Amino acid sequence: MKIELKNICKSFNKKSNTIDHMSLTIEDGEFVALLGPSGCGKSTTMLMIAGIYKPDSGEIYFDGQLVNDLEPKDRNIGMVFQSYALYPHMTVLENIAFPLKQQKVPKEERIERAKQAAEMVQLGHLLDRKPSELSGGQQQRVALARAIVKKPKVLLLDEPMSNLDARLKIEMREEISRIQKELGITTILVTHDQEEAMTMADRIAVMRDGKIIQYSTPMELYNHPKDYFVAQFIGTPPMNFLKGKLSNNQLRLRNMTIELDRKWLDFDGEETDVHVGIRPHDLKLGNNGDIRIRGIVHMVEPIGHSQIVNVKVGNEQVRFFVEPNIKMEYGREVEISADISAIHLFDKATGRSLKKDSVNQGQIEELVS
Amino acid sequence: MEVTSYRSETAPVMTSVSKWKKRIPFIIAYGVLGLTTLPIILMYLWLLLSSFSEQMKYGFIPVRFTLENWKFLWTSVEHGGSELPSIWTATWNSFVFSGTLTILEVIIGVMAGYALSRLEFPGRQALMKTTLLLHAFPSIALLIAVYYILNFMGLFDSLWGVVLVKTALQIPMTAWIVKGFFDDVPWDVEWAGLIDGCSRLKVWFTIVLPLIKPGIAAVSIFSFLSGWSEFLLLYTFILSDENVTLASYLQRLISDPNLVNYGLLSAVSLFYMLPVLLFFIFTQKSLMQVSVGGGKRV
Ligand SMILES: Nc1ncnc2c1ncn2[C@@H]1O[C@H](COP(=O)(O)OP(=O)(O)O)[C@@H](O)[C@H]1O
Ligand SMILES: [Mg+2]
Repeated sequence: MKIELKNICKSFNKKSNTIDHMSLTIEDGEFVALLGPSGCGKSTTMLMIAGIYKPDSGEIYFDGQLVNDLEPKDRNIGMVFQSYALYPHMTVLENIAFPLKQQKVPKEERIERAKQAAEMVQLGHLLDRKPSELSGGQQQRVALARAIVKKPKVLLLDEPMSNLDARLKIEMREEISRIQKELGITTILVTHDQEEAMTMADRIAVMRDGKIIQYSTPMELYNHPKDYFVAQFIGTPPMNFLKGKLSNNQLRLRNMTIELDRKWLDFDGEETDVHVGIRPHDLKLGNNGDIRIRGIVHMVEPIGHSQIVNVKVGNEQVRFFVEPNIKMEYGREVEISADISAIHLFDKATGRSLKKDSVNQGQIEELVS
Repeated sequence: MEVTSYRSETAPVMTSVSKWKKRIPFIIAYGVLGLTTLPIILMYLWLLLSSFSEQMKYGFIPVRFTLENWKFLWTSVEHGGSELPSIWTATWNSFVFSGTLTILEVIIGVMAGYALSRLEFPGRQALMKTTLLLHAFPSIALLIAVYYILNFMGLFDSLWGVVLVKTALQIPMTAWIVKGFFDDVPWDVEWAGLIDGCSRLKVWFTIVLPLIKPGIAAVSIFSFLSGWSEFLLLYTFILSDENVTLASYLQRLISDPNLVNYGLLSAVSLFYMLPVLLFFIFTQKSLMQVSVGGGKRV
């Protein structure tokens, strides 16, 4: 089912909008992640799509049909809540069969289908337990089974993995992706974990303060962040930022002056303070690149196939990767470099990206239609 | 006590001196508790003995076993020159009174509690504050006003009238207790029900109410007990013999201090207590088990 939000506003007090003129289109069968820090309005958005909250203004369409006033029960959605929200007085089987019972599915078929759903999330052996007798991971699976059992048109997942340990998280991620592909359900995943969003979603909507900052594919977000906030949020380890000054086509970064191609910039030429962003992956030890930075080794974190080295450049810190066989000594000065094409520029005052191809609107529009 | 014996078994090498030392805190605790509850226990014991004996020598030594005092159960008894109403009428009336009170209180209290806990309406805060104040109001201060109202409505000397008055006085507290239970039911669970295909009303009956069952049990028990022990309102607003309840029945036995038959009084008192004891034995489990909320424990 195609979901469209048009100019949605929602506020819980008179002072500010929790959701502020938000528009979002989710294609049929698409897996979209709402990514943003805690309190930015992700759950509120979900609950409006579910019909629990009514938007103050704006419209929500399912397959082109206005559903603002449609009751939650008539929307044919399945939802996994942040807290799982299992029914404590029912067994696992009763919990999973509950949505079917409401649809008046005959008892035998209901139990059969509930068992199938339970098998799908590998819960077949726990059907007689009460939720309080399950671990967090198992409760999460029950919630997922309950959400998919009635084969809904839309699946809403509100931070379903925030309470699982790292290993379970990876397992559940794969499981959810598999089920989503298998059933072809339009799915919205809410998360504050960028890695989760990057690995699972077809498209990601990055949110801040009730607004969508950027809505594109994971790779587009990674390669062409439109905003300082997005650049900060996406990628592990996070993008490095150094202070710089841009005027005309000259970028002053530490003691360097770098000539940039004017065509490359979306910039009026006036002197501006900028954040210069470079991904850790784009930095190499040595002086082979266009931009060279000297820094003092400050921390080394081996991660098996590589090591993350943290150097101090003046007051700022820069992270990059080094081959595991190179020995890095604490306190030593090293030189690192990157290609000029690898840098991102963000206006310090507005956060807007100053690189032209980073706001590749045409490309995104193409993806949508 | 179990704890001490368990310890001495698992540590057989312990000397008897240290064994005693371990027990000292328990002995002190039980001793203090025992001493303070002794007067209450003795009172009940006295009641029991006095109801089954012809007289109490020096006030506390029972003399000769008899069932004379329990005669009120099967025949009508005379007291102070007039015949008392049948004890069974009084018992029935007490049950009707407490039962109706319980049903009314639970139904109204649960609905009011839900509204206070969940619905946003103007004046909600003020209402919650004043309900508590209302409860602090002594019912004796209202007697005259209530008399006028009951009289006006033709409900004077009627159990139903008193039930209504008592319900009104109890509702604020009941609603408050129930509100607390509703507060513990997470919104998410209710929302999940809506999304899973229930209407609002159905969510209420199939999900929310089962979760506050312990609360409903607690409120029912409290209101039944308070109805059973209600005296003042019944004594004031009920005159006729056929509407008498057990508390007023007891009162008649002691109304004239020169004519108190202590044996009969004890027997009737015990009879009055019996349903409460039974009720408590059967319901204490629901009183103890007070926990709601599902899902993960963070
Ligand atoms: N029912 C509510 N009443 C009042 N404020 C709310 C309510 N629900 C959410 N909010 C506020 O709206 C903001 C966004 O909340 P939420 O959507 O839950 O954020 P997220 O899920 O992104 O962490 C928060 O500041 C929160 O305090
Ligand atoms: Mg949330």
